[in-house]
Amino acid sequence: MLEMFQICISLLDSTIRIATPLIFCAMAGIFSERSGIIDIGLEGKMLLSAFVAASATFLTGSPWIGLFSAVVASGFASLIHGFACITNKGDQVISGLAINILASGLTITVGIALFSRGGQTPSLGSDQRFMPIDFPFQSLINNVPFFGDLYSDVISGHNVLVYLSLLAVFVTYYMVFKTRFGLRLRAVGEKPEAVDTAGISVIRMRYQAVIIAGILCGLAGAYLSIAHGAGFGREMSAGKGYIALAAMIFGKWNPIPTLFACLLFGFLEALGNRLQGVELYIIGEVPVQFMQALPYILTVILLAGFIGKARAPGAIGVPYSKEG
Amino acid sequence: MTTIEINEGNDTSVSLPSFSGSSIELKNITKRFGHVVANDEVSLKVEAGTIHGVVGENGAGKSTLMNILFGLYKPDGGSIYLDGNIVDVTSPEKSISLGIGMVHQHFMLVPTFTVLENVMLGNEGSFSLKNGEKTALQRLQKLSSTYGLNVDFHSLISDLPVGMQQRVEILKALNRGAKILILDEPTGVLTPQETIGLFEILNSLKNKGVTIILITHKLKEIMSTTEAVSVMRGGKVVANLKTNNTSPEELAEKMVGRKVLLSIEKKEPKIGNKALTVKNLNHLSKDGVDVLKNVSFSISEGEILGVAGVAGNGQSELLDILSGIEQLQRGEIEINQTRLLPGEKWDPKKVREMGMAHVPEDRQKRGLILPFYNYENSILGYQRKESYSSGFLLDKNKILKLFTETAEQFDLRPRNPNIASNKLSGGNQQKLVLAREIQSQPKILLIGQPTRGVDIGAIERIYEDLLRLKDAGTAILLVSVELDEIMSLSDRIIVMNQGKIVGETMGSNATEIDLGKMMSGLDRTN
Repeated sequence: MLEMFQICISLLDSTIRIATPLIFCAMAGIFSERSGIIDIGLEGKMLLSAFVAASATFLTGSPWIGLFSAVVASGFASLIHGFACITNKGDQVISGLAINILASGLTITVGIALFSRGGQTPSLGSDQRFMPIDFPFQSLINNVPFFGDLYSDVISGHNVLVYLSLLAVFVTYYMVFKTRFGLRLRAVGEKPEAVDTAGISVIRMRYQAVIIAGILCGLAGAYLSIAHGAGFGREMSAGKGYIALAAMIFGKWNPIPTLFACLLFGFLEALGNRLQGVELYIIGEVPVQFMQALPYILTVILLAGFIGKARAPGAIGVPYSKEG
Repeated sequence: MTTIEINEGNDTSVSLPSFSGSSIELKNITKRFGHVVANDEVSLKVEAGTIHGVVGENGAGKSTLMNILFGLYKPDGGSIYLDGNIVDVTSPEKSISLGIGMVHQHFMLVPTFTVLENVMLGNEGSFSLKNGEKTALQRLQKLSSTYGLNVDFHSLISDLPVGMQQRVEILKALNRGAKILILDEPTGVLTPQETIGLFEILNSLKNKGVTIILITHKLKEIMSTTEAVSVMRGGKVVANLKTNNTSPEELAEKMVGRKVLLSIEKKEPKIGNKALTVKNLNHLSKDGVDVLKNVSFSISEGEILGVAGVAGNGQSELLDILSGIEQLQRGEIEINQTRLLPGEKWDPKKVREMGMAHVPEDRQKRGLILPFYNYENSILGYQRKESYSSGFLLDKNKILKLFTETAEQFDLRPRNPNIASNKLSGGNQQKLVLAREIQSQPKILLIGQPTRGVDIGAIERIYEDLLRLKDAGTAILLVSVELDEIMSLSDRIIVMNQGKIVGETMGSNATEIDLGKMMSGLDRTN
């Protein structure tokens, strides 16, 4: 019983760690797609900013400078996406894909040129990373059965970006549904003509949305390389951007359900890691590949019917033009 | 600007602006799109507190001019005067701040938002929506009670009928302090009842001092509601007239540039054999609603049967079943002695093979594939015909040759086979569909809303074509919400209300009042 409980605690702990970048990216996706801009480039922006965060931190020694650089780099990638899709009315999927391919190649090339370690950045010391924060009174609560472990392992003991991602969910919710900005954001993704005739610039709204998306992706990337990890590794985003996109659709472009979708995907991955090589009753040993594929299989199944119709913003993917 | 308190409700915190009306004058406005001159030195003056009509055919430049006035387009030349002062309308934001509001032909409403959210968009009051909502709601209640614009502020736009959506558009403009309201083809999508409601609202707005510019191509509306009217043709204003001093005939002539017959002469029908008989048709919609109840009628060769009724009383479903889009559930259809019973496979291809052609109500969704070229659309549904192909492949030369002849015969403009059909005006799109269906030499023609969104000049053409087809012996089922159209074309009229045929009359003795009563279900002759 106690052992089972310990497993649960550690599963939840890793669920949160795995879900953090998903949450940042999914919130980024919500801002962008609510404004009508498809953001398939979450993956690339996260990868790019992971690299920039690790490099800048290694070169300056400060994780804060690393974080800042990551956000700037990702924001810049968003501006490219915006310039292609908003100003020049290009295809949003193609542009996003281009960013992913660019990030994949660029991080390795520049990484080799700078550090000559086959695309990796040198590993960072603990003073160069965002380290876990221990909440107060741990020693006191530790003795309380169950809750003590829950407090010290699941609630406390994460780095600052983990808490920031949870905060981001609530800020996103507030911004999208409770503010003037959010009303306009949702309107511009549903019916840009209505926004334009209300005297608001569609172009400006959409640029604001993609820049916010860029900043959030930057936080996700920094989390990967200078908080959760200790340095950048090739392709370290490993499809998380796409999973975040799926979580966003799963959560119907709504921050709170999307948070739970991210946690679910995080949990499945944590479970997959945990069950590697473990013999299960009746079934026997489950192949690693199956567990790794589980989030994707689940996405397809859930989207195919279980969650009802996921309705995308009405004007998503359509460039706005006034005359014609 | 002074404000007056309106003390109708029990709160006094909200006040509405009062105004003695604003006049607006456009001088020498010119707008080019590439090589096309959409507005050529256009000048017109709208007196304060009046309803001013702007008429013209599609493509005459009315909408362009109004979009300039609303700041959506930048003019290439000319100036705008508001109350005698020159103003620079560079953006919708600017025009809204000057008190100009616009109700667009295609509503600018977010379908997933509530009425309140739509009205607040761009006028939220503060960063947090919560604070703004309260004041917006109070203002809306004032406005709706002052002008008789009743609508539920918390319902979703997508749940509202078009007439209600239009009210929301008007409320939106008024909420932002519009003193001048531009309405672009406001009645195109409305039922007759909704149209009456709209004009009541416009009159009450006028009486409260709002200046209204009404863009339309329906001359009846101009004659009944406006004080003055400007006629546009080919990007120019060709006449500025006082409504009292003009007539529909004069307006039509100025719009089209030649004499137009507003009333058509139809010959006595030469009734032949029964072409189409429908017996006890019943139909249950997907939502489980009885949309057709015991519908029975027949049409003979050489006869036009008009189906009158307010939109949504079963006419569309009737057309869908007859044209093979929906399956026959209960009842019987007989086409040229061939009987069709429920359970038999029934599709548009079979319908065409039996000599029945269909001009659908929504030509853009069902009549045409808009991005296709004109020549491709000209054979849509008939692509299997041998005369269009050589062996397995379509024969473009044959199609083009036929297209050229048809385009000539039906006066399609422009006659270019190689441009996409979405580049055609509404009237010409309709001509293209009609030409295609008539080209198949049908024994029976089903036609829905033949002139919805179509210019006067083109309407005249379409009526002539239909009458010629009838005289040649085709049986025509005409479904329309335009009573004038039904009355002037039909030899016999049936009226539908809630899925039933509630009345039948000969075309020659039909009056608008009688038909209107039957349409509203007040009078039952059956």
